[in-house]
Amino acid sequence: MEVMDYIEMKLPAKPDNIGIVRLTLSGIASSMGFTYEDVEDLKIAVSEACTNSVQHAYDNNEGGEVVIGFGIYKDKLEMMVADSGRSFNFNRIKAELGPYTESSTVDQLAVGGLGLYLIETLMDEVRVMNHSGVTVYMMKYLNGERENYGTINPIGKTV
Amino acid sequence: MKMNINKQYKEKEVLVFVEGEIDAFTAPKLREELWHLSEKENATVTINLKEVTYLDSTGLGVFVGLFKRLNSNNGELKLIELSNRLYKLFEMTGLINIMDICVNSEDGGR
Repeated sequence: MEVMDYIEMKLPAKPDNIGIVRLTLSGIASSMGFTYEDVEDLKIAVSEACTNSVQHAYDNNEGGEVVIGFGIYKDKLEMMVADSGRSFNFNRIKAELGPYTESSTVDQLAVGGLGLYLIETLMDEVRVMNHSGVTVYMMKYLNGERENYGTINPIGKTV
Repeated sequence: MKMNINKQYKEKEVLVFVEGEIDAFTAPKLREELWHLSEKENATVTINLKEVTYLDSTGLGVFVGLFKRLNSNNGELKLIELSNRLYKLFEMTGLINIMDICVNSEDGGR
């Protein structure tokens, strides 16, 4: 399936701007015909990816920019979030990935990998590319049959 | 994008109303506003999330931090009046099994 439209945003890597990305995404996804629930899921996914980029830039005092690309297809939306800086500690975050379980003690409640876990749970396909910077690729089908939260065991899933 | 916080104090209890979007931009403000509430012994903090229109891991992180801190000071954190969307997030992350979360207002409503 060919991409119908490609829309790209480039923003200073600051937390103030993540709301702008959500607003833009909302417009794109709604006009594509995504349901309210799906639009809200997409908003969380793109925000989490942007938060990763922004926090990375902030931690390293780099400033820098975040690029968000939206690939619009007839039957799906692809989103790519790329930071220009160096990589965040993906393996560490991946190791912390997963939901809290009933047996989690209060001390075990870490927040680290929660953002990435949400992205994985909410999207149909997720890939993280770690070259000179980090690019998060996310895809969601327009009529997604996958409503899988609560039923999957996310630990051990590949990203 | 805005987030507003309103607090009502009564004895050892605090009722907090949060309104708007909680993300990487507003979460630090939320943490700042709520953190001191968790310092007292035996404090009960109830947060009404009815008017929260957006929440992600950054906001969940604030609530988890507050929950841990209150717990270690023999206090209590209650989250009330969650929308379906917010409830789904707490469910997905498993926090629903650990924290005191209620979709209704309980006795802490307006």
